[in-house]
Amino acid sequence: MKSLAELQALRDKMKSSIGIRDDDQASIRVVVGMATCGIAAGARPVLAAFTEEVAKRQLNNVAVGQTGCIGICQYEPVVEVFMPGQEKVTYVKMTAEKAARVVSDHLVNGNVVTEYTIGANAK
Amino acid sequence: MQELSLNILDVAQNSVKARATLIAISVEEDAAADLLRITIADNGCGMTPQVLSRVTDPFYTTRTTRKVGLGVPLLKMGCEMTDGRFSIESEPGKGTTVLAALGLRHIDRSPLGDIGSTVVSLIQCNPDIDFVYTHRTEKGEFSADTREFRAVLEGIPLSSPEVVAFIRAYIGEHLNEIEGGRV
Repeated sequence: MKSLAELQALRDKMKSSIGIRDDDQASIRVVVGMATCGIAAGARPVLAAFTEEVAKRQLNNVAVGQTGCIGICQYEPVVEVFMPGQEKVTYVKMTAEKAARVVSDHLVNGNVVTEYTIGANAK
Repeated sequence: MQELSLNILDVAQNSVKARATLIAISVEEDAAADLLRITIADNGCGMTPQVLSRVTDPFYTTRTTRKVGLGVPLLKMGCEMTDGRFSIESEPGKGTTVLAALGLRHIDRSPLGDIGSTVVSLIQCNPDIDFVYTHRTEKGEFSADTREFRAVLEGIPLSSPEVVAFIRAYIGEHLNEIEGGRV
């Protein structure tokens, strides 16, 4: 069973590896809307999917966080991506599957997944 | 809300907004009393009696982006629907404690769901706040305390994906040991 001793071992491993993550230094920020509307619409698995993908790909320059309600509850779960030198991109009606694609296409390769953005979904 | 753990995630956000530095979440599966007790206690800014009297009103909210505030009313409804109880105690400057008790075997009770995910999401999104999550069943009790994790980590943020994965597994395994989270 997982114990604090195991966490100690993880710490030592992380400290010895170079390029430790520092959220203040992260150049890319991904925020998931986690107010009542977002949570009810399924924000928690979206947040978990982003975290898992970012960890799997070891994207040390990406910080995943949360925000409150930004006022477009009908489009939840909403995810905003901030990249340096680019305008903010707002993805709407997100799922864990869509999150994986945003990580690979947008965060890694720099191509906005236009079909998931609010511009493509707003009627 | 599809599961109670999502209600917990939602109501705990209020503690985050209240600038709490310590948030204690406890879940107790009390088969003898036929109750599922959920407590969310924080040391945040607290509320005046005037505000406190309005928080269960769905048309009261402090946010400015919309006119409804459904987090607390939804959890209250879940309690009342299952012959349980709901109360909030709060004092300005001291903090707030939300007590929710739901009928454990009541047909209308939502499942608890993935409580581990809720706790991990809270820790990950608020790495500067301390969380203590306690879960009690007839088989025993366990706690996950970020103050203990923090002491071991020596400056590595609780939001690091590797640490998040560890905490997720830690909670999952300990819950399993006391056969918790299956209600």
